[in-house]
Amino acid sequence: MAAKAKHSLTHIRRQKLPQLLSYTMLTFWGITTVYPFFWVIINSFRVKGEIRSDSFSIPWPWKASFTLDNYRVAAARADFIKAYTNSLTISLLVTAAVVILAGLAAYALVRYEFRLKKYIYGLVVASMMFPVFSTIIPVFRMEVVLGIASTGKRLLSLLSVVLPQIAGNLSFSIIVLMGFIRSIPVEIEEAAYLDGCGPIGIYFRIILPVARPSFATVSIFAFLWSYNDLFTQMFFLRFPEERTITLLLNEISSQAGVNYGLMAASVVLVVLPVLLVYVLLQKNIIKGLTVGAIKG
Amino acid sequence: MNSPLYRKKWPLLIFLLPAFAFLAVFLFYPFVQNILNSFLNISGLGTAAAGFNEPWYHDYIKMHSDPNMATALKNSLIMTGATIVFQVGLALLLALLVDRIKLGAKLFRTIYFFPIVISATALGLLFNLIFLYNGGMLNQLFASLFNTAGNLDFKSEKYFLATMLTPVMWQYVGFYFVIFVTGLNNISSEVYEAAELDGAEGLKRTFYITLPLLRNVLCTCLVLGITGALKVFDLPWVMMGEGIPMDKSWLLGTYMYSQAFNRGDVDYASAIAVLIVILGVIFALVSNKLFKQKDY
Repeated sequence: MAAKAKHSLTHIRRQKLPQLLSYTMLTFWGITTVYPFFWVIINSFRVKGEIRSDSFSIPWPWKASFTLDNYRVAAARADFIKAYTNSLTISLLVTAAVVILAGLAAYALVRYEFRLKKYIYGLVVASMMFPVFSTIIPVFRMEVVLGIASTGKRLLSLLSVVLPQIAGNLSFSIIVLMGFIRSIPVEIEEAAYLDGCGPIGIYFRIILPVARPSFATVSIFAFLWSYNDLFTQMFFLRFPEERTITLLLNEISSQAGVNYGLMAASVVLVVLPVLLVYVLLQKNIIKGLTVGAIKG
Repeated sequence: MNSPLYRKKWPLLIFLLPAFAFLAVFLFYPFVQNILNSFLNISGLGTAAAGFNEPWYHDYIKMHSDPNMATALKNSLIMTGATIVFQVGLALLLALLVDRIKLGAKLFRTIYFFPIVISATALGLLFNLIFLYNGGMLNQLFASLFNTAGNLDFKSEKYFLATMLTPVMWQYVGFYFVIFVTGLNNISSEVYEAAELDGAEGLKRTFYITLPLLRNVLCTCLVLGITGALKVFDLPWVMMGEGIPMDKSWLLGTYMYSQAFNRGDVDYASAIAVLIVILGVIFALVSNKLFKQKDY
């Protein structure tokens, strides 16, 4: 310890300038990351006409440039609550299905030995490479034939997005969960087996509780991926009452014309809830979105 | 793994069947059908094919003479190159800098990662406000800094490429940053202490110790970046839509969507999707070969 302290002391003296330089550059990138969000928030409270001439000052509530009109217009012109309901319905269903299906499959692929195992695993890895572009058109046609897509019924339409999104998330989640389940010592399961517990009971009573952190990781990934996805949703959702948050934004961006206050307010309405969740859960989220990349 | 617990194979069916039924129906089958579709004549989404194209590889010939396709291919390759240089490169630089500082590394990580959890649709809208011709954030900034008379048209033929690429690069720097930081934290301090005894400090230490030890992480990031660049869709679509300006900004993804949805040439869209897959596989193979992982 003493050696280490001395080591860092000499370090600090020698490295004062590089340290300062490092902080400067890191802070600069930090500002380019944060400032656009800050800028759009302050401008969502600004009187409409002034955004294009004076967008850098802060419109404090006691100033003449302050207004809540942009939010009033946003609430009147676009049904944000409906859009949030649709988005959350889709994303929660996708997350639940992915966790259940991927968990069971990952457990079986780790613990069982069987003839086709190698090929099945290879298939899972290969399917992570399928871009959504290469499956969406046949999926659309199939769902039209099955009477799920393009029916004009809201819940069916939401389901038509949920199904391909589940498939798109499964392979990745299976791989991540396999990595974790492999690290659980099999002796616990064998002890439970001697006590008369079957593999299904073992999955629910041992694997699921022990692997909870990695299930959290997988759920966060699946949720955000589904929630933020525009491509699949544009394909399957056409009617106003089916609109999700991303579709609503896409709509506003093409129809708001020169109402920049409305655009700014809409961006804030979408970014703010995510920001709050991010501040609370950032550790899990960052892990959730990068763990697969590092392992896979 | 051949514990008596896992000798009976019938539970395998319960564990594996649900997930693989899903993958088969919504991923494997559509993937194969899409390749077939690219040889058929399909005039509308969700409608049946009207026989084979004449000749069956007609769409692949059409690609050669389609100037928009050349543009899309070129832009997607530029996107790939920019990803390597700016996303991975900048992230590496920032990670090396953050490795040198004592305080605030966590804060920078939290800030840099934030744009990744925001939907690209919202970011597209935000950047549309930033790059606005008449009174956008940048044009206001330039006007007050340099006293320039005219506004810059960021979506003109001269600047559109930077306008399209910047937000994509900006959004994902944090992702690779976090992966690099994790890799840097895995390098033990003993290695550095030994290096210091040998007189390796500052930049020397970075080039002779840190970077070689970071090789595998760097390779992972490069492979991820290169294969991910072909899948970019949301941000360019919200900002550039149908190839603004004058069919110059097409990417493979956006052009495929436009062909399928707005121009009704579904089989051509399928052929473009096949091309995206082929390019993705080539990129993955080449980058895996170039940046082969080494064990130390």
